[in-house]
Amino acid sequence: MTLLAGLGGAAPSQVELPRENRSRAYRGLLAPGLVYLVVFFVVPVASLLAMSLYVPVQGGELGDFRPALHWQNYVDAVGAFWPQLVRSFWFAGLATVAGLVIGYPIAYAIAVRARAWPLVQRIMLILVVAPFFTSFILRTIAWRQILADESWVVRAMTWLQLLPPGGRLTATPFAVVCGLAYNFLPFMVLPIYASLGRLDPRLLEAGADLYAAPITCFRRVTLPLSMPGVVGGTLLVFIPAAGDYVNAALLGNNTNTAMIGQVIDQRFFRILDYPVAASLSVVLMVVILAIVAAYVRRAGTEDLL
Amino acid sequence: MRARLGRALVPTMALLGIAYLLVPIAYTVAFGFNTAGKTNLVWRGFTLENWRNPCGAPQVCQAFVNSLRVGVLATVLATLVGTLLAIALVRYRFRGRSAVNLLIFLPMSTPEVVIGAALLAQFLSLRVELGFWTVVAAHVMFCISFVVVTVKARVASLDPALEEAAADLYATPVATFWRVTFPLLLPGIAAAAMLAFSLSFDDFIITNFNSGSFTTFPKFVYVAATRGIPPQANVIGTFMFVLAILLVVASQVVTSARARRRRR
Repeated sequence: MTLLAGLGGAAPSQVELPRENRSRAYRGLLAPGLVYLVVFFVVPVASLLAMSLYVPVQGGELGDFRPALHWQNYVDAVGAFWPQLVRSFWFAGLATVAGLVIGYPIAYAIAVRARAWPLVQRIMLILVVAPFFTSFILRTIAWRQILADESWVVRAMTWLQLLPPGGRLTATPFAVVCGLAYNFLPFMVLPIYASLGRLDPRLLEAGADLYAAPITCFRRVTLPLSMPGVVGGTLLVFIPAAGDYVNAALLGNNTNTAMIGQVIDQRFFRILDYPVAASLSVVLMVVILAIVAAYVRRAGTEDLL
Repeated sequence: MRARLGRALVPTMALLGIAYLLVPIAYTVAFGFNTAGKTNLVWRGFTLENWRNPCGAPQVCQAFVNSLRVGVLATVLATLVGTLLAIALVRYRFRGRSAVNLLIFLPMSTPEVVIGAALLAQFLSLRVELGFWTVVAAHVMFCISFVVVTVKARVASLDPALEEAAADLYATPVATFWRVTFPLLLPGIAAAAMLAFSLSFDDFIITNFNSGSFTTFPKFVYVAATRGIPPQANVIGTFMFVLAILLVVASQVVTSARARRRRR
């Protein structure tokens, strides 16, 4: 609106912009982006939906499919791969909880405790986003080294008898969840930091003046006020974690850590079973969108964006 | 005593959390200085050899250059298109605005495998050959949403009075845009471009689905992981890390210097 006002006032001949002219201005701004998103997002998702219903060509080669409405693909796909589907959401949920437990104190320390020292705040924030600047795959490989059988972590844990002798961390569900929690942790810290940063410290003082114990203050004042950040962070961790397969592939094993992303990747590239791969992708997307929709209804989209 | 322990609890947990974030980076940096054998998984001794010869391993530099090419092109296109969308969304009220918001929000709330699979389904059914251009197309797509979100915040925080002042001083709309609006938006656009570049440069999953035999840096590292990653990959990773940190620190210094000047 303000841009329009600026434009209108600028050249006297254009003060009285006709309505159609005004509407054309935003159309020009929107068109390239919308066309792009339709061509490279909406249409591909539609192709994915279509492909999930394809059937093999009779007597055709491997990877030859023809359009059909074979809903049975979904039954077959979920019937065969429900353990990996359930595990993906389970691991993503665990990683989200771990991220919250590790991330909340970081966000709280930066936003509330370090409030008086802007420089400390800035340095800590840079450290939090630092992992984004190193390759995701290299960092995941580093976890493989950290958790390797001969690493100091494993030796220390065996010595403390937290691990049985000969016990290992690598190629376990623990390693995969640890990697997932690690890789998406900054996405948890940043939104919580943002909402705690808006917290008025006088509210906490008021709580203390009314003889609330620090823990009560936290539970009744700080935590509720940081909920938008917690909701946003939870989604930002859960969504990519549920679809991730890099951590499971690099830190897991073949039996009890396989996630749905790995199955989709294999079906597409090794087995050339496109319809099942596509239907699994659709199932993953639908479940996640349902979760997001439930969250968004509670929090409102504008907050999340 | 208990109270003091309680007060120390949060900073301690925060420091441990930050250590958790930094340890793998330290490993990545350190193993660029390792004397590597066939694999680069255990420490064998310090060397500068990998830094002297960062292209020593086959294809590592080609993959790095490929990633840079994709990253630059995707960043320019996504930043341009995304900035226009952001301006339209903040400055105009039109029918279907919430549908547009949803269309921008959806790619961000869709897991990467699904986006990768959807684009692959599309390219397969149109028999498009996978390679450089399909990767660029995919990267532009997922970067647009992040650019829009970043620039939108900046557009929303602009003081409309500045543009009105320009208009009152008889600046043409074009001049107002280039002399007032654009310079004010520039920090947001720069931040969005940096974000887009780092997302593109580091993307593995979507790239893996749409690249065919074209190799980017993350794909190179992932494929090499089964045989053993050359230390040169760590050298390149470290180099990009240092570059990014320097850029961020520089931008922080510039902003705080500017803020100080304004206060005076």
